[in-house]
Amino acid sequence: MMKEEQKCEIRLSGSGGQGLILAGIILADAANLENKYVVQTQSYGPEARGGARRAEVIISNMPIHFLMVEEADIFLALTSEAYTKFKYNVKPGGMIILDEEINPKMFVTSVNPFPIIKTAREELGREIVANIVSLGVLTALSGILKPASLEEALKIRVPPHTVDLNRRAFQRGWDMGKERIKKKEVEKV
Amino acid sequence: MKSSRKLMQGNEACAEGALKAGVKFFAGYPITPSTEIAETLAEKLPRAGGVFIQMEDEIASMAAVIGASLTGVKSMTATSGPGFSLKQENIGFAVMTEIPCVVVNVQRLGPSTGGPTLPAQGDVMQARWGTHGEHAMIALCPASVEEAYYLTIMAFNYSERFRTPVVLLLDETIGHLRESVDLKKYEDTRIINRPVPWEAPGQYLPYKAEGDEPPPMASLGEGYRFHVTGLVHDESGFPVAGNHAAIDRLLTRLSNKIIKRQEEITLYKEFMTENAQYLVIAYGATARSAYGAVELARKEGYRVGLLHMQTLWPFPEKLVRQKTLGKKTVLVPEMNLGQYAREIKKTVADQTQVVTLSQVDGRIFHPSRIVAFLRGEAKYAQVL
Repeated sequence: MMKEEQKCEIRLSGSGGQGLILAGIILADAANLENKYVVQTQSYGPEARGGARRAEVIISNMPIHFLMVEEADIFLALTSEAYTKFKYNVKPGGMIILDEEINPKMFVTSVNPFPIIKTAREELGREIVANIVSLGVLTALSGILKPASLEEALKIRVPPHTVDLNRRAFQRGWDMGKERIKKKEVEKV
Repeated sequence: MKSSRKLMQGNEACAEGALKAGVKFFAGYPITPSTEIAETLAEKLPRAGGVFIQMEDEIASMAAVIGASLTGVKSMTATSGPGFSLKQENIGFAVMTEIPCVVVNVQRLGPSTGGPTLPAQGDVMQARWGTHGEHAMIALCPASVEEAYYLTIMAFNYSERFRTPVVLLLDETIGHLRESVDLKKYEDTRIINRPVPWEAPGQYLPYKAEGDEPPPMASLGEGYRFHVTGLVHDESGFPVAGNHAAIDRLLTRLSNKIIKRQEEITLYKEFMTENAQYLVIAYGATARSAYGAVELARKEGYRVGLLHMQTLWPFPEKLVRQKTLGKKTVLVPEMNLGQYAREIKKTVADQTQVVTLSQVDGRIFHPSRIVAFLRGEAKYAQVL
């Protein structure tokens, strides 16, 4: 009897320098720690900062052949530019997570806005951890990976003196996501 | 028990494979999408007792690699298309002087500056014929992060075994891809070192070969005095421009030492080829898509299989003839306009039809295109 394929395709996007590729790597690391099949790819331009960036992660219980996301189960965007550029092919029943500062007029479908950048900037004091706040939200809403795996992966990938800050960022995102679930306010496409 | 599985990037795996093979010298000039190979080796090579050097450009890097290898150490460089073009003259020098080295080309979309982070497989023919003059070439092409590790080891093995430069062709997608790898299973991979002379320094003839075997190679600095030149030379290593018999012997041997050992050098995998009517032949990132396509198409009832080539050059004529015999159609998806497909066509034209599915838009090949062809929908397929 053949195993049923359980695959989750994730597209993370934002502006260059926001650390979405690192977020993708951490997600992939966490999936690897859970012994899942995982591939992580990225696209970027010649700029060191700015411009719309995309990181993709595919997690599955079976070997992954095609390396790109075909239909995203989860799409996350931190900037309007990234949202516009990368919002294609989100699966029906999939989930869109956005930073709330993205112009609401652009919303063409059910989305889940969160104060991701604001939380990073104002509550945690460093806008640079918006990527990790995002991971907290995404992990809470999707339930695809255990938060402990994400924390373990964080330790591997972030500079040692920032582990504590990043852990708090993850926790804040996780709490925001869980609260939304509790209120039954999670929107699906 | 802690799992030996690790998340690793293709370029990083290439650097790790080189370390496993015993690389002791790297010279390069950074270029996307190959830079992570240099970055990893800059950190790890000195700790492994080796030397990392960033040269002023790609030409100098290739020259430095050749010089280092002459002193007896395994040497490599890594670049992308624009740098690969620059290295060609010195690659030819390494072919002619039989100096082992590994040249990694993480392919990006060209020509010229092209698309630094866009995938393409446009350098298949450049790997084969990029340098001038009649010669044979070895080129390997991985389709996964694990293969990037294993084929880098094999690239060093072949270069040492045959005293020749070996090209490792990665796709941008594979170089930048991160996925889980378990490198433990390669722990016992055999590591090959170049043949060394047993004669005393006074009796050593640097290019004296037994049949078409590569001649033993002395290292500079060990007391052997010998001449190294890109000019045609005889067994002594000195130029022989007027000696046509010696020229013929040299050029024939340089080719034969590789072409005649095609079977020893041919690495490949087969997937669902039993009772297949259609055979897909693919390599690199495109092979990855082809696995998906074959799985999909088999579910729809199409009798299709995959021949996944890991060795591109020397062209595995015997294998390709044997595997395509009796097939209705051979499909060759490539991220170029048919570079490898034409080679296949040349080899099997008398026994089967070859169709190329080309793509040069800077995206990786989608499995659905192969399935569409089988369904009779593919309008962009070209019958060669």
